[in-house]
Amino acid sequence: MATDTVSNFTTDHCAPTMTCRHCGNASGRADFCCEGCAAAHEAAGTINASNIYASLARPTGDETYQLELIVEGMHCASCVRLIENALAANDDVLSARVNMTTERLTFSWCGTPERGGVLAEQIIKLGYKLHDPGDNAAGDVAQNTERQLLKSIAVAGFAAGNLMLLSVGLWSSTGETMGFATRDFFHWISALIALPTVIYSGRPFFGSAYAALKERHTNMDVPISLAVILASLMSVFEAFRHGEYVYFDSAVMLLFFLLIGRYLDARAKGKARESASRLLSKLAGSASVITNGDVNRIPIKDLKAGMRLLVAAGENIPADGTILKGETDIDLSLISGETMPGHAGVGGATLAGTLNLTAPIEIAVTKASEQSLLSEIVRMMETAEQGAAKYIRLADRAASLYTPVVHILSAATFIGWLAWGMPWQVSLLNAVTVLIITCPCALGLAVPVVQVLASGKLLKGGILLKSGDALERIAGVDTIVFDKTGTLTVGRPRLEGGAYQPEDLRLAASMAVHSRHPLSVALAQRYDGDLIKLDVQEAPGKGLSAAYDGKNIKLGSRGWCGREGADDQDTAALELWLSVNGDSRAHFKFADALRPDAAEMIKALHDKNIDIHLLSGDRKVVANRIAEELGIAEVVAETSPLEKCDYINRLKQEGRTVLMVGDGLNDAPALAAANVSMSPSSAVDITQNTADIVFQGEQLMPVLDTMLLAQKSNSLVRQNFALAIAYNIFAIPLAVFGYVTPMIAAAAMSGSSLVVILNAFRLRMRSR
Amino acid sequence: MDILLYLIPIALTLGLIGLVAFLWTLKSGQYDDLDGAPHRILHDDEDDN
Repeated sequence: MATDTVSNFTTDHCAPTMTCRHCGNASGRADFCCEGCAAAHEAAGTINASNIYASLARPTGDETYQLELIVEGMHCASCVRLIENALAANDDVLSARVNMTTERLTFSWCGTPERGGVLAEQIIKLGYKLHDPGDNAAGDVAQNTERQLLKSIAVAGFAAGNLMLLSVGLWSSTGETMGFATRDFFHWISALIALPTVIYSGRPFFGSAYAALKERHTNMDVPISLAVILASLMSVFEAFRHGEYVYFDSAVMLLFFLLIGRYLDARAKGKARESASRLLSKLAGSASVITNGDVNRIPIKDLKAGMRLLVAAGENIPADGTILKGETDIDLSLISGETMPGHAGVGGATLAGTLNLTAPIEIAVTKASEQSLLSEIVRMMETAEQGAAKYIRLADRAASLYTPVVHILSAATFIGWLAWGMPWQVSLLNAVTVLIITCPCALGLAVPVVQVLASGKLLKGGILLKSGDALERIAGVDTIVFDKTGTLTVGRPRLEGGAYQPEDLRLAASMAVHSRHPLSVALAQRYDGDLIKLDVQEAPGKGLSAAYDGKNIKLGSRGWCGREGADDQDTAALELWLSVNGDSRAHFKFADALRPDAAEMIKALHDKNIDIHLLSGDRKVVANRIAEELGIAEVVAETSPLEKCDYINRLKQEGRTVLMVGDGLNDAPALAAANVSMSPSSAVDITQNTADIVFQGEQLMPVLDTMLLAQKSNSLVRQNFALAIAYNIFAIPLAVFGYVTPMIAAAAMSGSSLVVILNAFRLRMRSR
Repeated sequence: MDILLYLIPIALTLGLIGLVAFLWTLKSGQYDDLDGAPHRILHDDEDDN
């Protein structure tokens, strides 16, 4: 029951009482998840965050401006509604539209650019986070090509349909039965439809082929373009000399099928790129800088040493620095993998990327952002990425084999027929038929169809592919390296026992909802009854106190509740004590629990003969205990980010294909170094950004599911290649010896494409 | 065979109408948000007050 409440937080996100109005995190039943957030929210009224958005506004006309932002925290259609209505309620807002697919908000207003900042603030106050989409030129270009491809498909489809209509007439009769004039008429009508279509819809292929030829390379598009152009020219020529056969329908159908493959491919890549850029935009955050008593938001990348920053509770600390004012708990788990937050007061050091938990603090920046630990890790990651050999996709490898073979075959056909003493027209016609019949319809569709189906299926299971070839790469994995905290375990403590009465739990939970300390959060989540209204004070690093019913209640560490030195000491355990008027009458024990299906999945992976390693930044005792529990033999504990990265590289040098699964910032370089990487969606942004695949939810099974599906889809791709090859073995001799009429070409081409598509759809059917 | 003189243009025109309709839907952005669109129909229209 209690675990249900935990997982429900994501689905109930839109219920305003369930999330903190400042930071958007789960807050139990209060408006704010902690006092710090409430204070920061109030302070936000004075913080000048709007100018950062105002500077992004784009003029669209006379005193009208437009702003495009990425919205974080949208989970359902009601969010879309809420945001759009909130903006539309302003009289000066001309339009407001949220795209749920891309999570982008576009709105325009008339007035000044500054007004846009104020409007953006309204959305932030609803509990969403806004990001600068950044320079998305690459994304726009890709979207335009996608659109262009779709238009080309539409035109080619229209032409192919009408050409078939005419061709069936041509096939079902001969010149004698239908009349030579009628046949020529049909040929010319076909030319009228086909030629503009070839010119319009063929452009994606012609362009790419031309570019390749100019660089003195050849690619898959060269034989395609050659086949289409030659077939069209040849057919025009045949129509002129009242010939028997024209191949317009083949040329156009070829384009139609290939365009579909091309479009699906672009779409799969575009989806991956979209999720990657959405994550990237989160990294470009901003920080609150105090200058002469005023608070301004400036981009993190512009931070300089010596600046004074205000960090609200629940906010990520944007830079390495020292604390000037305030006292708080800092969650270091993102850097070190350590579950328990550290306590820091005035003079304490802060690290960029860590999370300020309990109270607002003021810090002085000691290092500019490009010198912070965070940036060092990013640099390490980039080096690792450059070191990783670039993976060549299966389809590209197939294409590099295929292209020369087709060219040679077709040239040989032409020369062969000439040598046989045939006129050049006949020789060329046969050479062109070879090009048409071998055209990689099946090859061009084999991979994209499988990929689109597979990624769609994964997406339904909450698994996001961030690179197009991740699925191919993960299929060959033989070694998996897991991080501990947050990956094998949930990464948060959970209430595991202790000594308390139901009434104690109610009282403790009522206090705990006011704190963001991980133990408080765990306690509050475990309790789902009604709460007592309390006025709670938090002493960072110690605990909470409140007055209730005239009694002084304390919730916190052993020392806070006056149990220091008692004989029931157990230092390894995470615990909270509750005392009423000095009587410490209850305690709660916590542990970082394993993900519920971790053991089951590790066992399944062992059964598949996959080598499993555990790599942790945490203490040896803890790492060994987890490894023992799960039956993992290879454990390395107390590793630094660089050591993790080296470990992966050593495994790769042994010739293994390594999958790294991790969630911490300390895992990011290792993720980049591995052949393929996964991270849970609870991971740090930068880590999610590095991983090839991101999975959602409490379960660890997605790792296994992805691998199984990848293997299945890889075998389908191979089957499809085999089908395409088998078809070619049958069709090429026919074409070489001149037995292929337009009808046979059409039947063979659509037949092979259909078989490949149907085979790909088995990916869907099997699961049901 | 005279009938062909009518039938072929009719077939082409019908096809063209379909093509133009598709290009129009594409141009007016109806495929831009395939996740959001099915949800939008469930919402009431905005209040006019």
